[in-house]
Amino acid sequence: MSDTAVVANTGLAKFIFGRLTLESFPYHEPILVATFAMVALGGIVLLAALTYFKLWGYLWKEWFTSVDHKKIGIMYMVLGIVMLLRGFADAIMMRAQQAMAFNGSDGFLPAHHYDQVFTAHGVIMIFFVAMPLVTGLMNYIVPLQIGARDVSFPFLNNFSFWMTTGGAILVMMSLFVGEFAKTGWLAYPPLSNLGYSPDVGVDYYIWALQVAGVGTTLSGINLIATIVKMRAPGMTMMKMPIFTWTSLCTNVLIVASFPILTAVLALLSLDRYVGTNFFTNDLGGNPMMYVNLIWIWGHPEVYILILPLFGVFSEVTSTFSGKKLFGYTSMVYATLVITILSYLVWLHHFFTMGSGASVNSFFGITTMIISIPTGAKIFNWLFTMYRGRIRFELPMMWTIAFMLTFVIGGMTGVLLAVPPADFVLHNSLFLIAHFHNVIIGGVVFGIFAAINFWFPKAFGFKLDQFWGKVSFWGWVLGFYFAFMPLYVLGLMGVTRRLRTFDDPSLQIWFVIAAFGAVLIAIGIGAFLVQIAVSIWNREKLRDTTGDPWNGRTLEWATSSPPPDYNFAFTPVIHDNDSWWDMKRRGYTRPLEGFRPIHMPKNTGTGVILSILATAMGFALIWYMWWLAALSFVAIVGVAIFHTFNYNRDFHIPLEDVIRTEGERTKLLAVQAAS
Amino acid sequence: MGNTLSRLRILLLLPLVALLGGCNFVVMNPAGDIAVQQRDLVVISTVLMLLIIVPVMALIVFFAWKYRQSNADAKYEPDWDHSTHLELVIWSMPLLIIICLGAVTWSSTHLLDPYRRLDRIAPGNAASLLEPLQVEVVALDWKWLFFYPEYGIATVNELAAPVDRPVRFKITASSVMNSFYIPALAGQIYAMPGMETKLHAVINKAGVYDGFSANYSGAGFSGMRFKFHGVDQAGFDAWIAKVKASSETLSREAYLDLEKPSENVPVRLYKEVAPDLYKAILNMCAQPGKMCMSEMMAMDAKGGLGLASARNILPLKYNISMLDGSSSTKNYVASVCTLAEAAREAADHRSTTTPLDPTPVTGAGLARPGAAPAPFNFTPAPPPAERRASNT
Repeated sequence: MSDTAVVANTGLAKFIFGRLTLESFPYHEPILVATFAMVALGGIVLLAALTYFKLWGYLWKEWFTSVDHKKIGIMYMVLGIVMLLRGFADAIMMRAQQAMAFNGSDGFLPAHHYDQVFTAHGVIMIFFVAMPLVTGLMNYIVPLQIGARDVSFPFLNNFSFWMTTGGAILVMMSLFVGEFAKTGWLAYPPLSNLGYSPDVGVDYYIWALQVAGVGTTLSGINLIATIVKMRAPGMTMMKMPIFTWTSLCTNVLIVASFPILTAVLALLSLDRYVGTNFFTNDLGGNPMMYVNLIWIWGHPEVYILILPLFGVFSEVTSTFSGKKLFGYTSMVYATLVITILSYLVWLHHFFTMGSGASVNSFFGITTMIISIPTGAKIFNWLFTMYRGRIRFELPMMWTIAFMLTFVIGGMTGVLLAVPPADFVLHNSLFLIAHFHNVIIGGVVFGIFAAINFWFPKAFGFKLDQFWGKVSFWGWVLGFYFAFMPLYVLGLMGVTRRLRTFDDPSLQIWFVIAAFGAVLIAIGIGAFLVQIAVSIWNREKLRDTTGDPWNGRTLEWATSSPPPDYNFAFTPVIHDNDSWWDMKRRGYTRPLEGFRPIHMPKNTGTGVILSILATAMGFALIWYMWWLAALSFVAIVGVAIFHTFNYNRDFHIPLEDVIRTEGERTKLLAVQAAS
Repeated sequence: MGNTLSRLRILLLLPLVALLGGCNFVVMNPAGDIAVQQRDLVVISTVLMLLIIVPVMALIVFFAWKYRQSNADAKYEPDWDHSTHLELVIWSMPLLIIICLGAVTWSSTHLLDPYRRLDRIAPGNAASLLEPLQVEVVALDWKWLFFYPEYGIATVNELAAPVDRPVRFKITASSVMNSFYIPALAGQIYAMPGMETKLHAVINKAGVYDGFSANYSGAGFSGMRFKFHGVDQAGFDAWIAKVKASSETLSREAYLDLEKPSENVPVRLYKEVAPDLYKAILNMCAQPGKMCMSEMMAMDAKGGLGLASARNILPLKYNISMLDGSSSTKNYVASVCTLAEAAREAADHRSTTTPLDPTPVTGAGLARPGAAPAPFNFTPAPPPAERRASNT
């Protein structure tokens, strides 16, 4: 695009297509054409298969329009894993480019591509991999853990999921229609202003995040309401499972911080679309305001990602040590302290922007203080293992790897919080190594622990051990090979986002890092194989008890997979390890007295609204004003129309409940006899 | 599991081994007093944290091994979940370390504040403190421009300073954010358009060091590198003489040409510089006819130009978006050349339109529109008492 003359639309074409021209399609860039061919081929095969096996109706009725928190949770996880493949493809390209671009070589990516690749990698990994995986997990587990039949607002849940997907679709579109931002994942102005980024890249960035942001904020509200209002009788706040606690804190953070992101992106889009000057250099604007605002969202965001996984590690450690969680109360308070402090540290992301020494010291010290509750958590897990009976199943392996890896990331993080040390390490590869150390070592390892832990709950069979171990070692070794060299390079003064290098002595480190990325690729591949092999061998891996790990919390009390209504009777809670407590007191499953169950009805409104919102985003990106206006009116119209839909609930008939529960009784009896 | 974990730990030590072997670890082995102190902090903080990290990692491995399921000899207490003593230790150990680290942070952040004048050139050597060398730094797309105001010269992508003499950098940028970083000399600081940051540093060992931008700034970012020459006084004098002997002059026009985006720019030397060019760049008025931010702020402090300012806008001669081929233009505030022009502008305005709403504009210090050209007779920075009087 940069080499060809820009042919702007005129007249009617301009009205209809805005600035979208034939030149916007990268048909002259072989890499992208090949990628597109692959994606198109895969897509066609998928669509053909769905049509051939007549799955469209099933998918639409049972999944896309579903308001069941379990199905939505699974769809979030699928979205996260699909986007992980895209985000990882970007990572591999970056590693390859940096390993090649020495001794005068320009590598294989020109700046035009490379700058999009690292921007897309960051945006996708945070917003469309980590966020959906974490949200999906909370969606699936939280209602089960608190003994609820669904979330507070089931339709809103479906709508939130589809908005997140809409954002992801916009990001994917930028690969083949136009281009993505070349600004880095936080799009600092002035670089992201119209003057320096006149193309559609930053607009893709803005509207993808705005559309997905609606989903994230609403799902945060939904889960807070669910946790606060829908707990089973007897479950006081201090009897909630620790994962529910960390989810509550995460959703409070989401609701309090995502509006800031929405606002700051709205200001940036005003600068870009209507010529205001919030973040420009002259006419009174100041880019530093953007940097402050985006990090007031951005720092809580990292805790949004990590807190639920802290919850996962607590559940896993306690389950596989066969022991109550050590220091439940101090764990809860540690989580709360982290939640509050995460708002008081944002300036540590830009100590080098010239704040005074007192301001820098304040934010440096608040940052260090966060390490105290985090350290307490590590100790609590440690003493949960102490005098336990540790079973090294896959979730526990991920947890041990997390504990060993995360403390290193925590240490380098506190190091970066010392302002004068940050002056020499800021923006260096040391920083990159640090945050991958905590995000891979914390969030990713946690997600894999959670998937291996709760997969039998969601699908009724365990995941394959062998491929799980291959995936584990691929990721863990891959992480160390990929990121320890970056710490070293950071100490050599190598900065981030460089495309070419002068000093040939650095090359060996980048080659090691690229090797690490290959190991991680093996980890990802083995994970996909693990899923496939487990589905293939599902009868051998079948769990009929609903409680394959000798679990402690309520989700293990019901069948695997749980029925649509989760629990035929709402359980009553006496202890924070409620299922453990029930088992110990000789709980027997009630076999009669069932009643019809009141449930929400599926609706396609979420899908429709999301399609319209995505269309509006696309129209705004390409200046197709008529389409933007039309889709906006349609969104408002559909939303109002939906409020008149009174046919939104139904009762699961008594005989269905009796049949479902009867089947489970039979299964349990077979299990007990064998 | 235990075995595999200890294998993992050996792996962790690998980078450390390489580190001890010593490559070009410039951050760990710098040549300037400020960077040396920053390096010391990195080391001190790491050691402080290792005090707790190492035992924790050892305990994780030890407990994971000791309490494995197959070890029937180990105690098993499934209901043991609380110990006040342990909790006390758990919370106070990190707290104590953070108190130490916090104290170190508070003092070092103040002592190593880049805005602070140096009070020594090396440990224990405050005696031979010289008057700092002034260097004005501008980050351009995508190269570095250095002014030496004491010598009236400028260079592109080459910097030199005498050993053991403090340097005071004033740093700005022309278009987007960059970060000015010479790892061997001192920590980095952002270079931002329309704003000025400062950095004080000193180089103690002669040598040629790398400098670069540490904040991504667009397509040519990777090539934004320069060499920093630490030289003795004689060498520095020779270097100044070399620059003075060059043929180029950095006039306003030459600067506007230089400002345009270019990549991997070779070293350029300028024997002469247009007066006040750095100030003009900092105030975003290098382009002739554009109002400087300092002027605008002075006028705003006096109450502003009122309605006349709305007409005092011209399209920018070039900006990057136009270079890219798109047609969007950006306006700027034109400088007010003379009082007469400004008055004529206001008079013009009065003759063509009348305010729709005759109620007075009630902003701080705003005169009623069209009343009189009173706001235009500004004088630069009157004493505070007078300023207050003129605003009432």
